[in-house]
Amino acid sequence: MAFPIEDRQGFAVIALSGEVDLNKSPDARKVILACLKKQKHVMVDLSAVEYIDSSGVASLVEGFQYARSNHLEFGLIGVSDAAMNVLRLARLDKVFRIYDSLDERLANGS
Amino acid sequence: MAAEHAATGFRRLSEQVGRKFVSGVEDFGYGAALLGESLFWIVFGYWFRQRVRLQAVFAEMMSIGVQAIPVLAVLAFANGAMMAMQGIYTLREFGAESQIISGIATSVTREFGVLIAGIVVAGRSGSAIAARIGTMQMAQEIDALRVMGIAPVRYLVAPVLVAMLVMMPVMTLLADGMALLGGGMLSVMELHISMETYFDRVLASLVPGDLWQGLLKSLVFAVLIALVATSNGFNASGGAEGLGRATTRSVVLCIGAIVVADMIFTFFLIQ
Amino acid sequence: MQTQAQTATQPVIEVEELVTCYGQQKILDRVSLNVEDGEIMVIMGGSGSGKSTLLRYMLGLHHPDSGCIRLFGRDTRTLGGREWTELRKKIGVSFQGGALFNSMTVGENVCMPLREHTRLDENTIRIMSRMKLEVVNMAGYENLMPAQLSGGMIKRAALARALVMDPKLLFFDEPSAGLDPVVAADLDKLILRIRDAMQVAIVVVTHELESAFKIADRITVLDRGNILMTGSVDEIRNSDNRRIRNLLTRTSEDVPVDAEQYLQRLTEGAD
Repeated sequence: MAFPIEDRQGFAVIALSGEVDLNKSPDARKVILACLKKQKHVMVDLSAVEYIDSSGVASLVEGFQYARSNHLEFGLIGVSDAAMNVLRLARLDKVFRIYDSLDERLANGS
Repeated sequence: MAAEHAATGFRRLSEQVGRKFVSGVEDFGYGAALLGESLFWIVFGYWFRQRVRLQAVFAEMMSIGVQAIPVLAVLAFANGAMMAMQGIYTLREFGAESQIISGIATSVTREFGVLIAGIVVAGRSGSAIAARIGTMQMAQEIDALRVMGIAPVRYLVAPVLVAMLVMMPVMTLLADGMALLGGGMLSVMELHISMETYFDRVLASLVPGDLWQGLLKSLVFAVLIALVATSNGFNASGGAEGLGRATTRSVVLCIGAIVVADMIFTFFLIQ
Repeated sequence: MQTQAQTATQPVIEVEELVTCYGQQKILDRVSLNVEDGEIMVIMGGSGSGKSTLLRYMLGLHHPDSGCIRLFGRDTRTLGGREWTELRKKIGVSFQGGALFNSMTVGENVCMPLREHTRLDENTIRIMSRMKLEVVNMAGYENLMPAQLSGGMIKRAALARALVMDPKLLFFDEPSAGLDPVVAADLDKLILRIRDAMQVAIVVVTHELESAFKIADRITVLDRGNILMTGSVDEIRNSDNRRIRNLLTRTSEDVPVDAEQYLQRLTEGAD
């Protein structure tokens, strides 16, 4: 799979990159759900994402829902303006936990 | 003066006949094009990422076939009984009424089973399919399919065609069975034989060719009904009134087409 | 001007010298038009101006009699079936009457392009379609049938379906036709929001002035098959072209009378 996972401070940080569109979002979905199924807290790093379409966002939504029903933490970091616009259109910016970076999340606690 | 009038009258008439003929040829060509494109999608759909969905085919099979079973069973049964009645009454004059059984057996399997199945399907599905596609045409749903990159023929015609080709032979066999049963009931009552003897004699007088004749025809009917109904749907225009016209036309043409095709077929097969 | 030329990207739509005929009559006469990436282009005109025809040609529903249309830089005359399908995945269309498939629920309608064109997981498809229903404020209506919706809801559901593949080009036919002013204004705001968030080029065909001025980046005014003018909202507002002024002030125009031709029309065919 194309997306690297890094274990940092109790979080699995998944770095999505490039264009997360209809072709690549099934991969992203698999990676995210696989990490969550191992009972890990997940942070998805979107800073290297050039473009994310609604199939990509849908994968994030599914991950977030899975995390909540299993009492895991799921957050987004490094959300670009373009990605933020897509989230905002469906008012999902009010749903996801969004941080500038992992450090911000660690500094503030949950 | 009178001659002039007659001349204009004749000119108008021949104009009308000519126009009808041209539009008839157009319709035929349109149907042929639909058939070609449907077969194309059925065979090559997968390569073009435009697969003909099995789910849609099953849905069509339900509405074309399964839901028509009660009507078909009653009609076929009644028809078989009527044939037996007429036959026994007529043949009694010659003292040959027991010959009716082989008469029923061959005419039902070769001719009437498939014709009844065809007429029932044409009446039910010929109108329903034309109405459905016609409504979609008028509500721009066909355009919506095309701009979504979904070929309307693949989505709307191919499943109907496949479902017809599968269900018509099945319906024909069912109609054969019910008509024979209807004939049997009458024969048992009138000829004082047992049902067993009746069916023994039916089987003795049948050859496989009789059944094949009916089944072959059922496939031709299947194609005719599918194409006539769908093309009438696609060409519907002019609001609710036009839709009504298209559905009526569809049923009439479906039944007309299968009866004429049946006649041509019988003419060649009986030789 | 120069800087613009340097940074200019490929226009999303290029229409060049498009001529279309209906029988003998020219509907569009040498129409040329560009739509740039991310802009809202409103095509405005009265009924019979040819605006709906222009839309149908841009959607690739008909072949031009002469001239050419390029979508995303591709000449539509040279596209094969498969290339068209690929291209159409990047295009969303919201038809005037919605053109929702009446036999499916709202949710199934919105899912349909995804089901047909992608191999995404069923969960993903469901979430994506619900997200789009959220965008158009139709959350919770996914299990209703189109027949149960009001006019405004049908338009919004159709918009959700048009958006579900994240198109790069969106066509909107008469968004405010048949809606009350409040609902129409909401729809205008929605169109603006979608353009900003999704960076999509939007072509709106309408005869409503207010709505056109509110949402347009540029407006093209069509009249009797000719483009009167293409320009920004202000340019159109301040235009001193008589026919545009008439359109703005809603004055109906006197059709010029050619006595000779008029007499001919009235008496043609009489003996």
